[in-house]
Amino acid sequence: MTVARYWRKIPQRYNLVGTKCEVCGGVFFPPRNICPHCRRDGKIVPFRFSGNGTVLTYSVLYSASEQYCDVKPYVLAIIELDEGTRLTSHVICEPEEVYIGMRVHSVFRVLDREGSDGVIHYGTKFVPDE
Amino acid sequence: MVGIITYGAYIPRYRIKAEEIARVWGANAADITGGLGVFEKSVPDYDENTATFAVEAARFALARREVNTEEIGAVYVGSESHPYAVKPTSVTVGEAIGATPLMTAADYEFACKAGTAGIQTAMGLVSSKMMKYAVAIGADTAQGAPGDALEYTAAAGGAAYIIGEDDPIAEINDTCSYTSDTPDFWRREGELYPRHGGRFSGDPGYFKHVTTTAKLMMEKVGTKPSDYDYAVFHQPNAKFPQKAAKMLGFTQEQIKAGLLVPRLGNTYSGAVPLGLAAVLDIAKPDDRIFVTSYGSGAGSDAFDITVTDAIINKIDRACAPSVEQMLEKKKYLDYAVYARHKGKIRM
Repeated sequence: MTVARYWRKIPQRYNLVGTKCEVCGGVFFPPRNICPHCRRDGKIVPFRFSGNGTVLTYSVLYSASEQYCDVKPYVLAIIELDEGTRLTSHVICEPEEVYIGMRVHSVFRVLDREGSDGVIHYGTKFVPDE
Repeated sequence: MVGIITYGAYIPRYRIKAEEIARVWGANAADITGGLGVFEKSVPDYDENTATFAVEAARFALARREVNTEEIGAVYVGSESHPYAVKPTSVTVGEAIGATPLMTAADYEFACKAGTAGIQTAMGLVSSKMMKYAVAIGADTAQGAPGDALEYTAAAGGAAYIIGEDDPIAEINDTCSYTSDTPDFWRREGELYPRHGGRFSGDPGYFKHVTTTAKLMMEKVGTKPSDYDYAVFHQPNAKFPQKAAKMLGFTQEQIKAGLLVPRLGNTYSGAVPLGLAAVLDIAKPDDRIFVTSYGSGAGSDAFDITVTDAIINKIDRACAPSVEQMLEKKKYLDYAVYARHKGKIRM
């Protein structure tokens, strides 16, 4: 990822800032510029998600790309946020601990590092509520 | 009066026992734990570092009390393990808590006392009316060379303090410092691990600075050890703070709540901020707290603190995990996995 692209994504990665259509109430993550339901009649504004959600489904990855070798095996899940949209994220737990329906909340972690001398990418991951 | 508006702490969940480290290096575990008084230490997860600790601690502080983050005028993060040599940790914290862009920020480094140096800076900025709130954080993923005595204690964690003047949960009545050029512990640019002066780090380093600052503080505010309900001293191991407390006339009962090192290890810049957080977790209005940090190199900061009614009626301490809860939530690692967590295995 280029430095500029990472920089542009800081609000959504650090603080789960997506968008909301004030006309239909739809929420979007990653953020959308246009409401897919209301089209030109919609009014899109920034919206910060609470970070609380539920694991909808998951995979355990044992064969990782280079940037995730340090954290393997890791759990990658589709999480349904309480406000009503879904995203894909790491769930930080042992592979045997994760289950469909698990309640999770967001935490601030290192997402990956560009080698030993590149940018460190920070952002949101999820952990079990308890 | 200037004081602590809210606070938050963060301790990662992984631990390694001192006896496991001793097993790998052929040392006598009983000698180690008996000599240092440290039985286990915290270890960061693969994807944790000083910046993630600082952000989590600051967010826990904000969870306990509603603070308009746009009124935060400064963020200072004290650490000797900032993730970048050049690029501030404090801006990452500012962005993650919604305090940017109308704020100033800087990273501090003063061995184990950079966090309390940040608190003093925040006190000055708030007291001079330059801003309403300032954030001071002490956090570290402490380094210790494999097999070195430091490896048994070098731990991970941190705590954040939001300093302000409106209804503080604890008033900071006064602060003072004692500083000298004393080479008792250092890490040169580009080196992975620090070196230390062995026993030299004790008398001319820790004990001289801590006891002198503590006496200066009590003289300045006209108190004696028995006036305090709690005392928190820097804790590189369990013996140093207990000996310093005894030299000054504090009792074991006074230092017990803030003495985390036997179960946590030395979190360097996070050590005194975490010890104070543990005390604030259980403190009652009118409790008086004595705090003395120490940073090798060397310097010491002391604080005289009085808890107010706001700790009951202005914050909800249960909205963030207590230090005790985080100490209890733990998962033990063996040395091999610990080495992987700490990046000690270079590929």
